[in-house]
Amino acid sequence: MSLPNITLISFGFFEQDFLEQIAKAVQTEFGLPVNVREGHIDLGEYYDPARSQYNANTLINVIDSMKFPESVKILGLFNVDLFIPILTYIFGQAYLSGKSGIASTYRLNNERYGMSQNEQLLLERTKKEVIHELGHTFGLIHCDNPICVMRSSTYLEDVDQKKQNLCHRCQEKLKNE
Amino acid sequence: MAKKLSILIVDDEESVRDSLYNWFIEDGYRVECAENAKKALTLLESDQFDIILADIKMPGMDGLEMLRRIKSIKPDSIVIVMTAFATVDTAVKALKDGAYDYVTKPFDPDDLTHLIRNATRQISLEDENENLRKKVITLENVEDLIGSSEAMKDLLREVESVAQTNSSVILTGESGTGKELVARAIHANSPRRFFPFVSVHCGALTESLLESELFGHEKGAFTGAMYNRKGRFEMADNGSIFLDEIATISSKMQVELLRVLESKTFIRVGGNKEMSSDFRVICATNKDLKSMVEQGTFREDLFYRLNVVNIHIPPLRDRVADIPLLVDYFIKKYCTSMNKPPAAIDVSALKRLQEFNYPGNIRELENMIERAIVVGDGKRITLKDLPLEKTIVNSSTESLDDFERAFIFQILQKYSWNISRAAKALKVDRVTLYHKIRKYDLKPLDQ
Repeated sequence: MSLPNITLISFGFFEQDFLEQIAKAVQTEFGLPVNVREGHIDLGEYYDPARSQYNANTLINVIDSMKFPESVKILGLFNVDLFIPILTYIFGQAYLSGKSGIASTYRLNNERYGMSQNEQLLLERTKKEVIHELGHTFGLIHCDNPICVMRSSTYLEDVDQKKQNLCHRCQEKLKNE
Repeated sequence: MAKKLSILIVDDEESVRDSLYNWFIEDGYRVECAENAKKALTLLESDQFDIILADIKMPGMDGLEMLRRIKSIKPDSIVIVMTAFATVDTAVKALKDGAYDYVTKPFDPDDLTHLIRNATRQISLEDENENLRKKVITLENVEDLIGSSEAMKDLLREVESVAQTNSSVILTGESGTGKELVARAIHANSPRRFFPFVSVHCGALTESLLESELFGHEKGAFTGAMYNRKGRFEMADNGSIFLDEIATISSKMQVELLRVLESKTFIRVGGNKEMSSDFRVICATNKDLKSMVEQGTFREDLFYRLNVVNIHIPPLRDRVADIPLLVDYFIKKYCTSMNKPPAAIDVSALKRLQEFNYPGNIRELENMIERAIVVGDGKRITLKDLPLEKTIVNSSTESLDDFERAFIFQILQKYSWNISRAAKALKVDRVTLYHKIRKYDLKPLDQ
């Protein structure tokens, strides 16, 4: 029987090394082994032509319905533009104290903003976003500490300002969860 | 977040409710949802929300009608309206009806964050404003009138009842009992509390100075009067004037004062223009004004004008039960002002403080505690820090029996009711001491 772990499941093309580095960062932060998997779903079903975006509410439900018995948390990683009905876009979302979360690299990529590609920066941002959403699944809410990974980020600048780690207060909360 | 704010989301679209719900709980807010205005209004009857985020276009009652109803029940509610069909007209209408803001769906995550942050800031400012207002109102209220004894409870009841009236009040009581604090409490609880409380110590001023102080003076009225100056009656307009040591004023000033109290008008020294002022007068004295009237040293008509309500403030020796509270209050007060951590007090020191007679009343106790904090080690007040040794008995004892009773009691307390040691200290035998205890019905303090 496997030890409890976290599943990081990717949809769309991602370099293996990119995913492994994210998995390593997640393992360091939450102290649980991370299983990297590839997912295959028809994303077209979740596409909203009126908004030219993918519905994050339905995508998170797909992730939540997936069964990996040994996994305590599942994080779906996408590379498409996510939205929820009330907001123009989101970087990711999660069920607070639940099992699942999703994140997307789409709006974390420099090229999206007319700047040159920066793989390292994209990796750092994705690590932060994945750890942030997983933090919510562990019951952590947004943190006031500007460098804590649980700080709410609505712009890339906010993501770049924070670190990929939980602050001491959030670490304490995590221990008590 | 110091206070966990609550948000009510009202929208007929489930996906919108769910999205906002998930968004806000991640921020640590308490979130409730309602799918229509009717359900929202029902929720608002039993629960309070800091922010209400409501869609305009909903089946049944629309968001604007709901906004009007919420505002008519709770005008300070923060309601943010959302719509997918933005028109300038509906936006203006919503804002005119009291909406805090207006947003078009879908909105940018950053806009939502800013919107809620601004609303939160407004709520905390309103809370702060309310707290400060309460603080100002209670600033000179019961906080400074310390005590839970029956005598003190009676006094507070009297203060509360008289504060609501406009009647003149005479406060009587020994020196140091806190007459000015009671006067301030009356003012602070009265409808005049937002206007000045002006205090005049009549005993400290000569007749001419008191006249100028009370009525003001015009430039050149006397040598040194270089400017026009408002008098205390003028300053107390719409508020209260406290005349301390009223028994000390001269016959001439008594006449002047009577005239002012009757007409509420006066003329500045050296002036000729009649001024008027709407003030309430509160006086204080440690003398028996009635006896002074009988002796002819205080005007009877002024006495009756001032003595509409008489509040007697008991001496500290009659409210021994309040001493621990007062000691605690003064320790905190002086430790704070001297930037020291709060000191403790030995049980034996507190016991001795309760046995003391305090001819100088609360003022004397306050001075003792201040001195003890200055000379003590700063951590614990002990007997040696208290200047109690020299005063033995109550200065108000009137007969030899009273004196003997108080003296024997003091010695018994000092030796913790050890009869042999007390008898030895009194230089009498134990039988005599037992006889005296029976005669004066003496009992230990804590019985």
